Amino acid sequence: MKPPPFAYECPTEVADAVALLAAHGADARPLAGGQSLVPLLNFRLVRPAVLVDLNRIAALAHVAVEDGTLRIGAMARQAAVEAAPAVARGWPILTEAVGHIAHPQIRNRGTVGGSLAHNDPAAELPAVMLALDAEMTARGPAGTRAIAAPDFFTDTMETALDADELLTGIAVPALPEGTGWSFREAARRQGDFALVAVCVLLRPASGGGLNARVVVTGTGNGPVRVPAAEAILAARGAAGDACEAAGAAAAEAVEPMDDPHAPAWYRRRLVAALTARASMEAATGMEA
Amino acid sequence: MTTRLIGAPVARREDARLLTGRARFIDDIALPGMLHAAVLRSPHAKARFTRVDAGAALALPGVHAVLTHEDLGPANAPMPLLNDNPGFIHPRMHRALAPGQVRFVGEAVALVVADSRYLAEDALDLIEVDYAPETPAVDLVAAAEEGAPLVHDDTDSNVACRTVDASGDIERAFAEADFVLREELRPERGAAQPMEARGVVARYDQSLASLTVWDTTQAPVSARGVIADKLGMPEAALTVIAPDVGGGFGVKIMLVYAEEVLVPFAARLLGRPVKWIEDRREHFVGSNHERLMVHRIEVAATGDGRILGIRDRFLYDSGAYCPYGPINAECAQAILPGPYMIPAVHSEFLAVYTNTPIVSPYRGAGQPHGNFVTEMAMNHVARALGLDAAEIRRRNLVRPEDCPWDTERIFQGNTPFIHRDSDYPAQLETALEALDYAGVRRGQPAEREQGIHRGAGLAFFVEGTGIPPYEGVEVRVEPTGHVHVATGYPSQGQGHHTTLAQIVAETLGVAPEMVVVESGRSDRFAWGVGTFASRAAVVGGNAALGAANAVRARALELASEELEAAAEDLEMANGAVHVKGAPQMAVTLAALAQAANPINTLAAGSEPGLRAADYFRSSDVAIASGVHGAVVVVDAATGMVEIERYVVVHDCGVMINPTIVDGQILGGTAQGIGGAFYEKLRFDEAGQPLVTTFMDYLIPTAMEIPPIEIHHMESRCSLNPLGVKGVGEGGVIPAAAAFCGAVEDALAPFGARVRAHPLDPPAILAMIEGRTAP
Repeated sequence: MKPPPFAYECPTEVADAVALLAAHGADARPLAGGQSLVPLLNFRLVRPAVLVDLNRIAALAHVAVEDGTLRIGAMARQAAVEAAPAVARGWPILTEAVGHIAHPQIRNRGTVGGSLAHNDPAAELPAVMLALDAEMTARGPAGTRAIAAPDFFTDTMETALDADELLTGIAVPALPEGTGWSFREAARRQGDFALVAVCVLLRPASGGGLNARVVVTGTGNGPVRVPAAEAILAARGAAGDACEAAGAAAAEAVEPMDDPHAPAWYRRRLVAALTARASMEAATGMEA
Repeated sequence: MTTRLIGAPVARREDARLLTGRARFIDDIALPGMLHAAVLRSPHAKARFTRVDAGAALALPGVHAVLTHEDLGPANAPMPLLNDNPGFIHPRMHRALAPGQVRFVGEAVALVVADSRYLAEDALDLIEVDYAPETPAVDLVAAAEEGAPLVHDDTDSNVACRTVDASGDIERAFAEADFVLREELRPERGAAQPMEARGVVARYDQSLASLTVWDTTQAPVSARGVIADKLGMPEAALTVIAPDVGGGFGVKIMLVYAEEVLVPFAARLLGRPVKWIEDRREHFVGSNHERLMVHRIEVAATGDGRILGIRDRFLYDSGAYCPYGPINAECAQAILPGPYMIPAVHSEFLAVYTNTPIVSPYRGAGQPHGNFVTEMAMNHVARALGLDAAEIRRRNLVRPEDCPWDTERIFQGNTPFIHRDSDYPAQLETALEALDYAGVRRGQPAEREQGIHRGAGLAFFVEGTGIPPYEGVEVRVEPTGHVHVATGYPSQGQGHHTTLAQIVAETLGVAPEMVVVESGRSDRFAWGVGTFASRAAVVGGNAALGAANAVRARALELASEELEAAAEDLEMANGAVHVKGAPQMAVTLAALAQAANPINTLAAGSEPGLRAADYFRSSDVAIASGVHGAVVVVDAATGMVEIERYVVVHDCGVMINPTIVDGQILGGTAQGIGGAFYEKLRFDEAGQPLVTTFMDYLIPTAMEIPPIEIHHMESRCSLNPLGVKGVGEGGVIPAAAAFCGAVEDALAPFGARVRAHPLDPPAILAMIEGRTAP
């Protein structure tokens, strides 16, 4: 398990990294925390000619709140987000979700941007960023553009980033006052990728009922919103039977596949159970 | 007064080195001019090939050699059969490199030697082999059937070995039965996965024409014999050293793996040191597997729950070759009656070749399989008869007053399996109390009303330990006063050096720090078998005691002359021999060792020095025993299980070091829980392994393993002077049955019956929903 030969670049400025990606095109791969890419290299499943190491780019490492918006540099370590008091206060569902990513050693190296750009279909961060309406900032030779989360995660291990584009930062808008939240994950072992994970955000709507956000991951090509479940919670509130109904609707909506870890029918059961439980938990956290 | 060290929780002398990065594992060995090897492995489960084109690989700068079967000559003769069995029909052993035909994905086809491992792997990519794939036999049950694709073309079936082990009158047992349980039970395929995978480093000394081989083996002395034979060298010119080894669990004893021949061969050929380090992906296919058996059993019982007989016919997956012999199947057979007085047992196994990696023992060596069969059958008979799982066990246990109770079964090493020196009923009552078994039972009706599914599981175990053949230990007092202890069997982390030092230090009255222990080097002690089957403490420990006693007797004899006192008036303490009641009348062991140096004196016919070697060969299995109890809560919506309590009641006789005993139990139980709930190797129909990483092979971590409560019962073993029974495998043997029994109990309202492990959440949910298991 040793990688094939590759050239190694180690820029300290975003502009230099972007220039290197532009120069080498599809032959280059950016290296963030390396928690997914390095195993892929060692298995010889990817064979880039050039690795562009982003770890020395200080400008991408921030975790900060500006005007109520959480701004995370693409190279911020997952552990830094997990430990940030401002994140725990304003976006506790993000703190909770990061705690489900692998183990502390991996979170110390793994980055937020790396996980989002890798877009493993059972990873926690893409799901929670979709639930939180995050916006990704990408920089390429033509300049900078913003990509909304639903447009960013395109398919299994694929994103809207072009080969010569670099994810530089993530902006997470403030959660409205009174939002109740829940992040529930089922995994065989602590730290494994989710068999299924569910994010639920609930808050009272102005005209009665609820604003509901339900995101499920681990059931196919990555995180998906489940409008059918959201509609049930919005219309019926989050009493026990409505939560059960939302779970059933979510299980109906997803399209899991059989894989060595679990058959499709089992993942549907997990979606139903976790969505119901997450909805109940989120409801208890709501404040009028 | 002699300080008692045997039985004391002496801190492990190994830990400071192991825990602070000062140990020397195989990959820490770096030699000047060393080259690095990588193995080309078969990508097909079954294929023929005529040509291995290494031209492009050899053209890569930095590549020194590419070896194929044609380069090896006599070194590529088949490996030896380690354990014969009278039932063998087609024994077939592997070779170092496949000669034109491969039989499992991972089988070694060529060896590349290069300046670095990186280059060696680059070269692997450039080797072309003209494989012609053939239809493999992958599924165990299908492979055993007539007309299945043959793993070995020169046979008429995939059945390697067929063996019957019978005791008592089985026909009568079934004739007299009120109830017969019929069931298929299936422990799935797994593997040990030690933290350190395998590795070999070899250095050839051209001046002396001698080889030194560092090898992550559990049997360096035995490996030396095989390697010397394959390389056509005298054993005297070959030294095999097991350095610090990061876990063995059985997978590191296989006489021998391909690389143990290939790396020394390459070092001699090239005149340069060569290192090969197995990576984890290789380990999943290049090292041996274990576990898969399919047992079809019938259990005859009376209406009040007395088991009259067990009839068992089972298939044992041998993998593509059987160099180890069908030891796992033999042990599963021997262990079948467990601690129960079952008058008749008839067991027949077919060891079956499949196009999958070779199978050899993993911690427990078939005993976990036999145990799972019997303990689950106990639960199921109890359920059918309306008895509690504890009560049916109580009614069938061998009692102390029945002992010695000869099961008439033959265990590994051709030894009889005779119950003695244990109190099984007391073990059961201790476990029930520790578990608050009655409390769990009382709570269940109300909990089930609330949708809480809590259950308790019990599983006994008996463990055959301390098996033949032998081990030897040499004890030598240096003129410095240090005591040098050497033995051939190596440690893979068990703490042998600590326990050997305890035994020798107590016997000689010296501080343990004065005892220097070396093991696992064929140049320090050239006799030995290996570390496996919970035998080190029993066989090696008693050899150490014998050698230390001989040195003690010699020291007393010399001191008797020196002090002009009768030997019986002397005692040994604080590194000296002194007259009882007069500690000032003393002579140090150092002085006695100097006096015994032949430079000073050597009486005609006497041995020089203050030293002795002794050998211990057991004649009988020392049976360790105990009960595991688990309380679990099952989430009926997800099939997830929480283990709330886990209790181990354990009797391994005299504990030389209780801390080390606890460590063995904790680690073994964790591995057992892994096999019960997490770990499973899978193959597709073409024989491609689907599980080759730790993302897919789910070894539980400290987060998944619950606190394990240990209750020791210390019944002295009457078969050896130390009074010890082995302790290596009792943790793992009953864990699957205890866990699965608890899940079954929790899900009793759903009529759940566990028939295979690992259980996983989908399988549990399927039982709840009455689905066919996925």
